[in-house]
Amino acid sequence: MEITVAEALVRCLEQEGVEMIFGYPGGAILPVYDALNNTSIKHVLVRHEQGAAHAADGYARVTGKVGVCMATSGPGATNLITGIANAYMDSVPMVVITGQVATTQVGTDAFQEVDITGITLPITKHNYLVKEPEQLPAIVKKAFHIAATGRPGPVLIDLPKDVAEAMIEFIYPKTIELSGYKPTYKGHTSMVQQAARLIMKAERPVIYAGGGIRISGAAPELLQLAETISAPVTHTLMGLGCFPGKHPLCLGMLGLHGTRYANQAVTECDCLIAVGARFDDRVVAKISGFAPTAKIIHVDIDPAEIGKNLRIHLPIVGDVKNVLRAIQPLLEIKDNTPWVKRVQELKKEYPLQYSRDGLLKPQFILEKLNELKDDSAIVVTDVGQHQMWAAQYLRFAEPRSFLSSGGLGAMGFCLPAAVGAKLGAPDKDVIVIIGDGGFQMTMQELGTAAEQLLNLKIFILNNHRLGMVRQLQEFYYDKRYISADLQFNPDFAELAKIYGMEGHTVTTEEQLEEILPQVLASPTSVIINCMIDPNENVMPMILSGSTISEAID
Amino acid sequence: MRHTLAVTVENNPGVLTRVAGLFSRRGFNIDSLAVGRTENPRVSRMTIIVEGDDMVVEQVAKQLHKLIDVIKISDITRNAYVDRELVMIKVHAEPSARAEIMQLVDIFRARIVDVGPKTLTIEVTGDEGKIDAIELSLRPFGIKELVRTGKIAMLRGVKNSAKNNSQKEEDVK
Repeated sequence: MEITVAEALVRCLEQEGVEMIFGYPGGAILPVYDALNNTSIKHVLVRHEQGAAHAADGYARVTGKVGVCMATSGPGATNLITGIANAYMDSVPMVVITGQVATTQVGTDAFQEVDITGITLPITKHNYLVKEPEQLPAIVKKAFHIAATGRPGPVLIDLPKDVAEAMIEFIYPKTIELSGYKPTYKGHTSMVQQAARLIMKAERPVIYAGGGIRISGAAPELLQLAETISAPVTHTLMGLGCFPGKHPLCLGMLGLHGTRYANQAVTECDCLIAVGARFDDRVVAKISGFAPTAKIIHVDIDPAEIGKNLRIHLPIVGDVKNVLRAIQPLLEIKDNTPWVKRVQELKKEYPLQYSRDGLLKPQFILEKLNELKDDSAIVVTDVGQHQMWAAQYLRFAEPRSFLSSGGLGAMGFCLPAAVGAKLGAPDKDVIVIIGDGGFQMTMQELGTAAEQLLNLKIFILNNHRLGMVRQLQEFYYDKRYISADLQFNPDFAELAKIYGMEGHTVTTEEQLEEILPQVLASPTSVIINCMIDPNENVMPMILSGSTISEAID
Repeated sequence: MRHTLAVTVENNPGVLTRVAGLFSRRGFNIDSLAVGRTENPRVSRMTIIVEGDDMVVEQVAKQLHKLIDVIKISDITRNAYVDRELVMIKVHAEPSARAEIMQLVDIFRARIVDVGPKTLTIEVTGDEGKIDAIELSLRPFGIKELVRTGKIAMLRGVKNSAKNNSQKEEDVK
């Protein structure tokens, strides 16, 4: 029996195991919406297409499945772009479906037409414009395969309206042919052996773990490796949660706002084992000063990341989990006692610190939250000072429990991503740490959260400022603060009530401590508007042009 | 230095934009790019000549390799290869100068493909050195128009720089 391409698309999504789509309808995508009439897939109506992309992203990060979002042609599609770029930078598997004007109108500047495949060329892993109705099932299958395998990323499918309405005989292909796409999963045997030898010879090893650990599910292998060779582990922002935060070998985050002991350990190590990380400029700082005395082993599934920023002594292209499993049997137990002791000394010598002067300090809030939050709770942050404080002060026991916009650093990510995260993991607590600036970028998604009856705990670290901008202007622009103050903010606690949520404003440490347990236990969403010290900076900090060992406190 | 890249790609719409986009993003100016179908109609082959630092070209080549439509990429710069370019030159040719021009055409083993009242159109193929030399020799007569196909290149002997049917292979040195 023939069905429309739009119906076929929905059948394809069912076949791929899609349970949820985040989207926003409009003219050109209406055939697909009409086809959703007859499916078990849940459609979550967001309040802005950017929210759909970020929500699909958050959903994908917590579930490990491919996130799906959908929007109409033209402005619907362009509104998705920040979310697509964000997923691309953080390697999040996502399939994006956009409506398009009819094929007869494509390229004529028709109403609500943009060349979305052209626009998203550099921010998608791949994209498709469906020109022939019969192509659709194979394209969908390819899109899901490409999005989820290798180094994951977003894939966009642009579907013209006339194609969506065409009739086809629906057969979902069992196999697909992609001759140009064969990710390498298995590490090269001789490279693996060399790596094992290098690791066994090292006296001062450090493991530098990134988001690749989460993606490949290699947290148990990482823990085993670290304990076998007694190597301290530092992680990137994306790697937070991949190694137990309370483990004695955990050094926390490295880089520009990383712990001084992590950065010092990297500076002093003789062997740096980089797994699923990409030597981002926010990690490396001045290249010549990064792990200057170390032999560097770099394990990554993406060959283009190896040697991109730094000279690598031993590259291994492969899936992190596979490679770690291959290395493990070649290792013997090592205690590296002097080195482990040295690292413990560094921890004592350069602890994370902040001064308590009566004002409500963001670090204090996070410390308290860290004590009280459930071990399995998911924390979602936005971008800026609060994000760095959260990364420094919160401890996580498992991967997929800390979500943040890393590579793109997109303010506005947090709230919609939290919506997606809660829908993806309804049994877990979802805690939102957000600034007053980023909150107002996508706060319309409170509507989605309320409509979906979600229980979110939203901590607004409110300094009436764009804090990170202000901090940069303090250090690099002679304290000329331009447009860093948010001179008008709404009353966020009252705003919560308008959306049917609980709202509180806290201005002191005592108030916070008093309210925290009841807030976390509340059966509804809560906004906790925390009036923090507006002059607090994120420390330590590595100034531009310095090496990671030259942090200031 | 100058790099010669041999790239086989799936013959899909947009593949040229994807490849060219990666170069422009890194600020490379492509010296020449020639593209056409191979013996397999689903596969096209590009020869890209690009000037750039070894490390950076290698990184761009790796990124090219990541494109789904790219089947294989080889930097053949340091291998033995033959390369050819076809050029058409319309040169100003008063009757008095024709004999001299035709002599030059003979020497370079080029061909005259069109004759106008005051012009000769010459077709020449060869490697870069030869093309440069004939261009230089014809310049005094007055070159009216010049168009080149861009260089195409192929490894010498039994080695292949492209596989047009089978799977992608890491060959970026």
